[in-house]
Amino acid sequence: MSAPAVATPPPAPGAPLTKKALTADHPTWCPGCGDFAVLAAFYKVLEKLNYPQEKIVTFAGIGCSSRFPYFVNTHGGHFIHGRALPFAAGISLGRDDLHVFVFGGDGDGFSIGGNHLVHTARKNFKLTYVIMDNSVYGLTKKQTSPTSPVGFKSKTDPWGAIDQPINPMRTLVNSGATFVARSHATQVNHMIDTMLQAAKHDGFSVVEILSECVEFYEGAFDSSVPRKGGTFKTIDLKKGDGSPEDAQRHDPSSLEAAFKLANEAWPGSFGVFYQNKNAVTKNQLEANLIAKTREKTKNAPDLALLQATFARLR
Amino acid sequence: MVSPNSPEQSGGARPGQQPRSLSDVVIRLAGNSQDGIQSIGGFLARLAGRSDQDVMTYMTIPSTISGGPSIFQVRMGNGDILSAGDRADMLVAFYQHSYDAHIGSLRPGGILIYDSDHVAPPAGDNRFTSVAVPITTGTVEAVGGTSKDKGKNIFVLGLLARIFDLDVAKLTGLVKERFGGKNEDIVRNAMLAFDAGYAWPQNNIRDLFYRFDAVHAAAETTGRPQITIDGNTAMAYGLLAAGVRHGAGYPITPWSSIMEILRTELPKYGGVFVQCEDEIASISTAIGFSYTGQLAITGSSGPGLSLKMEALGWATMAEMPLIVINVQRGGPSTGMPTNVEQSDLMQAIYGSHGDTPRVVLAPKNVEDCFYIALEAARIARTYSTPVIILTDQGLSSRIEVFAEPDLAKVMVAPKLDLSERPATFKPYPLDAITQHAPPGARIGSGKYPTVTGLEHDEHGHPTGSPVLHQKMTAKRREKYKALAATLPAPELFGDESGEALIVTWGGCYGPAREALGRIRKAGFKAGHLHLRHIHPLPLGLEKTFAKYHRVVVAELNDEGMYGYGQLTMMLRAAYANPAIVSVTKTDGLTFKVSEIVAGVARHIESQALSATVGAASQSTLATR
Repeated sequence: MSAPAVATPPPAPGAPLTKKALTADHPTWCPGCGDFAVLAAFYKVLEKLNYPQEKIVTFAGIGCSSRFPYFVNTHGGHFIHGRALPFAAGISLGRDDLHVFVFGGDGDGFSIGGNHLVHTARKNFKLTYVIMDNSVYGLTKKQTSPTSPVGFKSKTDPWGAIDQPINPMRTLVNSGATFVARSHATQVNHMIDTMLQAAKHDGFSVVEILSECVEFYEGAFDSSVPRKGGTFKTIDLKKGDGSPEDAQRHDPSSLEAAFKLANEAWPGSFGVFYQNKNAVTKNQLEANLIAKTREKTKNAPDLALLQATFARLR
Repeated sequence: MVSPNSPEQSGGARPGQQPRSLSDVVIRLAGNSQDGIQSIGGFLARLAGRSDQDVMTYMTIPSTISGGPSIFQVRMGNGDILSAGDRADMLVAFYQHSYDAHIGSLRPGGILIYDSDHVAPPAGDNRFTSVAVPITTGTVEAVGGTSKDKGKNIFVLGLLARIFDLDVAKLTGLVKERFGGKNEDIVRNAMLAFDAGYAWPQNNIRDLFYRFDAVHAAAETTGRPQITIDGNTAMAYGLLAAGVRHGAGYPITPWSSIMEILRTELPKYGGVFVQCEDEIASISTAIGFSYTGQLAITGSSGPGLSLKMEALGWATMAEMPLIVINVQRGGPSTGMPTNVEQSDLMQAIYGSHGDTPRVVLAPKNVEDCFYIALEAARIARTYSTPVIILTDQGLSSRIEVFAEPDLAKVMVAPKLDLSERPATFKPYPLDAITQHAPPGARIGSGKYPTVTGLEHDEHGHPTGSPVLHQKMTAKRREKYKALAATLPAPELFGDESGEALIVTWGGCYGPAREALGRIRKAGFKAGHLHLRHIHPLPLGLEKTFAKYHRVVVAELNDEGMYGYGQLTMMLRAAYANPAIVSVTKTDGLTFKVSEIVAGVARHIESQALSATVGAASQSTLATR
């Protein structure tokens, strides 16, 4: 469908970003879908970050949640299933002036794109990845997903899923990602805060957001929704104030502590599991390589460089 | 060859002996891959380049990790050297297995040089001039110490320098350049081995003395220095000249050397090449680079191209510029990874899903690998489209000499256009060719574009409209027709009408041109048409085809179930001309000239032409 015509003029350069400027097509998600809240939180995050609008890139793979970029008025797009991360790695490395956000679901991220997730994480490309996990394939109408729990009845497992699901947090922490967090679509402020920290992290930041599919997996995350009788347990981060209670708080720089949180029984905790602030990004490593190489060539212009190379091939 | 006449460098070493004159020669060196066979060939090729001679090489490397039989064939001489030669004038056999496997490739009357430490040819074989040289002990005695027989290759180089009266100063200069970066012992040992080989002449090797004819002051000489490189190197530097500064890839033979060169070279130009986790990530990352407004390159060989197909479909749908290099090898599957084949044409044109038009180009020789990269970049940018370059294993590894490109003239500076786009900007206008606004560019309307693999409207928003899908499919098709209308007529050699037109693409150019020469010499009217732009094809080919009794497409792939090679099928489908027929083969080797001549003879049903094939001329080295 065509975008509705907007008569209002675009904001002037430098004007604060508003939700109005960021709104694009009306979302095609089902009424009640958790993804609406993620979208609303993302608008807020962008307002707070207030980057120049043209410098923001929103990209996605395939799935319900991957429709995201159509609903955000920034440069962006919709790539093929499972491959949004390597695409976004190209955007990030190609242009250091851009702010790159990737959205996707559990099938896109943990199943078909699982290998890309691991490698994009270990290389530490500077970008933010939000996985909207509903534990079911929604766009294709209810098949078992890599995060569906054992016993989940789907069209591909009518008797209940029999395969062990992935543990997203353990996988993400293990992948080498330098910022790993978890949030919940029913907790808008928590989402905003978590996504903001992720966006500000200098490196590969990934946030898993439990986002309910009301159509195909209703009540999947009730155990972490207080108004449904569940518990939303947040992670208190160490303040470094030396107090006795601070000793009990979580140290996000500790891999060991992160794995401990990741291994908690369902529904587990929410917040920042792990952050390595010292890791050098792929972007920086490549920039260093270029700087070092350019120094050796004394910043010779391209033509002179290639001419010198050909002279050696005579 | 510019043979210097100074006595210390040239024939002065052979008092009273007059060299036989020679216009070109084919030398096949057969040994094991660890013997440095390739480097002898490399030195000879480079020497030819620096002496204004033409040269073509052909090599095989075993696909095993280390060791195994290996050959290097070098053909050097004056005039246009178009193929590596059907049969060798000289065979240098390092081992008995080398002798056994390659003696059949030596012309009757040719020269066999063999390492008498390892090879024992059957007694009484008078077909060749056989020369026994104890290459191994000769090298060991010359170099001494612990290096064992390392340096046999340089010993043989010395031997050849003597036999062909090569320019010793230039040749030893090249050897020193090559080993110069290493420690002095290596250079000294190499020179000891070279001198020992050069000084060897004993027994009947003393009778072998040739000199290349002086190079004619050719009118077509560009006056530019000659360079000596292989096809993959030419391709990589062509990309740099084309202003391509971003790329991503995954290792696979024989594509890898392009990515190795780009990984090493690009940082010098402020660019970056990423080694990705797999083929899919590679093309995805490359398209990501292109999306930022900077044309990028990815590449692979056959199976890898298959893995890239889904993303390639996206690039057609989203209309993203991209260069994809496919260094073809024997297939399917892992197939014959170190052999040549042209069996990925259909994959390149029709692979992926849905209607996915794209551009397919193929270089005709090593020099053209450089220029085809420039052409690919031009088309990718102008038409915002993926462009596949189909090169092949033969071109990738063979060394040729060509005039250094005029870089000041051809080099393209990378350009990133982040200017604000007017309020009327649309990423997918129905009435114009897409030119994307990369991120970073403000959009006057305040509405930012999405690029997508879903069918979309002019703004890039998803649509399920049947009318729009039809219109957008047509929009994506029409730009290729617009491109086709601008393409130059392909090169046509020989007669403009006649019995047969040979049609080729890719690396078959050289042998087909030589075949044309033989066919016309035998009294037949014939032409040769070579295609660089394969998809879309240049306009008007049907008119050219109509002027010949038979249109014989020579290509290195299987005749398939219907009896036609892949390009042949396409041309028959496009022009419905039953005169279009095939000469195909899948032995993993480049065409011999005689194979094309024989194929044409078969199709024009000419006994007379067939008869010329058997009568291979005697070796130019025949001692008579």
